[in-house]
Amino acid sequence: MEIVVCAKQVPDTESFIKVGPDGKSIDTTGIKWVLNFFDESGVEEALRIKEKVGGTITVLSVGPQRTVEALRQGMAMGADKSILVDDPTAEGSDPAGIAKILAAVIKGIPHDIIFCGFRTTDDESSQVGLMLAEQLGIPHLPPAIKLEISGDQKAVKVESGVEGGMLTLEAPLPAVITVGRGLNEPRMASLPGIMKAKKKPIDTKKLADLGIDPATVGAAAAKVKIQNMTLPPERKAGQIIEGASVQEKAAKLAQLFKEEVKIL
Amino acid sequence: MDYFLTDKQKMIKNLARRIAEEKIKPKRAELDEKEEFPWELMDILAKSDLFGLIIPTEYGGFGGGCFENCLAVEELGRACIGVATTFAASGLGAYPILFYGTEEQKRKYLPEIASGRKLAAFALTESSAGSDAAGIQTQATSSGDVYILNGTKQWITNGGEAEVYSVIAMTDRTRGARGASAFIVEKGDPGFSFGRKEKKMGIRCSSTRELIFDNCRIPKDRIIGREGMGFIIAMKTFDEARPGIGALSVGLAQGALDEAVRFAKERVQFGKPIISFQAIQHMLADMATLTEAARALVYAVARYIDTRPRDFSKVSAMAKLFPSDVAMKVTTDAVQILGGHGYMRDYPVEKMMRDAKILQIYEGTNQIQRNIIGQALNKEYGKKF
Ligand SMILES: Cc1cc2nc3c(=O)[nH]c(=O)nc-3n(C[C@H](O)[C@H](O)[C@H](O)COP(=O)(O)OP(=O)(O)OC[C@H]3O[C@@H](n4cnc5c(N)ncnc54)[C@H](O)[C@@H]3O)c2cc1C
Repeated sequence: MEIVVCAKQVPDTESFIKVGPDGKSIDTTGIKWVLNFFDESGVEEALRIKEKVGGTITVLSVGPQRTVEALRQGMAMGADKSILVDDPTAEGSDPAGIAKILAAVIKGIPHDIIFCGFRTTDDESSQVGLMLAEQLGIPHLPPAIKLEISGDQKAVKVESGVEGGMLTLEAPLPAVITVGRGLNEPRMASLPGIMKAKKKPIDTKKLADLGIDPATVGAAAAKVKIQNMTLPPERKAGQIIEGASVQEKAAKLAQLFKEEVKIL
Repeated sequence: MDYFLTDKQKMIKNLARRIAEEKIKPKRAELDEKEEFPWELMDILAKSDLFGLIIPTEYGGFGGGCFENCLAVEELGRACIGVATTFAASGLGAYPILFYGTEEQKRKYLPEIASGRKLAAFALTESSAGSDAAGIQTQATSSGDVYILNGTKQWITNGGEAEVYSVIAMTDRTRGARGASAFIVEKGDPGFSFGRKEKKMGIRCSSTRELIFDNCRIPKDRIIGREGMGFIIAMKTFDEARPGIGALSVGLAQGALDEAVRFAKERVQFGKPIISFQAIQHMLADMATLTEAARALVYAVARYIDTRPRDFSKVSAMAKLFPSDVAMKVTTDAVQILGGHGYMRDYPVEKMMRDAKILQIYEGTNQIQRNIIGQALNKEYGKKF
């Protein structure tokens, strides 16, 4: 089974986020970069499939040189190799641009299953997986929380949560599967795993290697543009309502709701 | 501070940090509350191959030294001393085999300890022999092709949970301290059972239990080293392991400092965050300085030990004594800075303060560490003048 895990390097959710001077991006100084949680979960699922039926796992990412660390993280868990598309022209791509680049890489390599995190913990667009499937002309399965490969290894069945219930879907392979929350708990890399990962191959590609017209991706081609970025407003200090009796406090509270919060 | 770690050392530290943050921290309060042995976390540490850190590569380990071990346990200790002690005690149980075991013993036991498939433990203390270890009563009698063990060990970390026990027992009472020997006893050996599980002030998720030997018969080839080497083996084990207790202490102190600073920045009294009060700042400054000094000492001693010097009892004792006293002070002050919140179980510092106390007691009380340092000074200066 040839498994491709699309992975993005994102700021650690514990990082202290500041908006950069341009007001449209985050200030990356001092940011700790990690592998996006759902992509890590994708690597885990790929490993479980490989442990059962054998195969090769490739971690694929579009990003600057620092992304190598995220790829090594995936390989330390047990993935076999990585491909990194590192090209300044690709920077600032919107989800459609990223999907186009990923599709160009995947078309050139064997693939039975492609995992994408159903969202990243930074931009949260939840689009790349769907667009990638469209670009490749293969099925896309929604955020999977359970997954099973058929006995003949020709199809995949997933369970996905819908409001108040569960959806069971099946598709022939190859297919793109987006990884939902709770599909698995990603393993910790082991010490020897981390050591080995240092020697596993990372194939670095430019857009030209993929035959992609630079005018069709990157910031210039993005159909969705970030206009402005602001931090959520700081929470105001709480207010304690004083009063001699419960009735008096309740009356004051009701008044506040009416006049200041304006929800009554 | 940059301690000039190699890439490998950074990797070990980062891995241990991640496990501590993501796996241990969310569980520590519950494990403490329920006094539940952290098997699930041991399993995670095992899968990460951290149990193999101090085991040579030819026995399935990673081939790290005292320093690498310190880096890992410091990070684990930052999250929970109960979990970190459980982990470290397995290493303590492995050291006698590692340093004095035969090739067969090493091949049989070390790979299983390295993989974390089996936990180990070290058993010296008895009810009437704590600091005065030479007073142990457990007897090992040679009989044909077996040794027969009789006696009870007390307060043994990992007791009941471990599969492999390094046990010190008397083979020749007439020879005093020179009459002790070290043995490997396996869980399931005939006549070997476990007694009471202790209820403790801190490190409550760790198991502290009696080992009962009632005509316990073990094959002759389970002796570690030769008859009479028991205390030499025990002392060497402690010398190697003490900086590890220092590292646990540094981790704990750091964890408490982290909590104290974070709280002091957020807690507002008299209209200002309490960190703006100089009294609080000075407490935090002392806590941070002591913690960094303790870390520097542990790292320096551990690195020195890895150069395989002949005698390092004195510095090894220092690397346990100072950091554990620091951990006690820093955790106590962290509770003070959190005030009433610090006293509540909703915040982690009350557990940290309870956990800190053991670091001044086990693997030789801090009084005994001072004795070791004092005796070494007496000897050193006796030579020179
Ligand atoms: C949670 C826990 C886990 C443990 N795990 C293990 C284990 O895995 N394996 C194991 O073998 N043991 C273990 N122990 C035992 C531990 O090592 C002993 O408790 C310790 O060595 C002290 O012995 P004691 O408690 O009998 O104190 P005592 O020796 O009775 O000492 C009582 C007090 O007198 C002081 N004192 C004693 N002698 C002197 C002296 N000569 N000079 C100055 N002061 C002195 C001590 O410092 C102490 O303050 C554990 C203990 C605990 C509490």
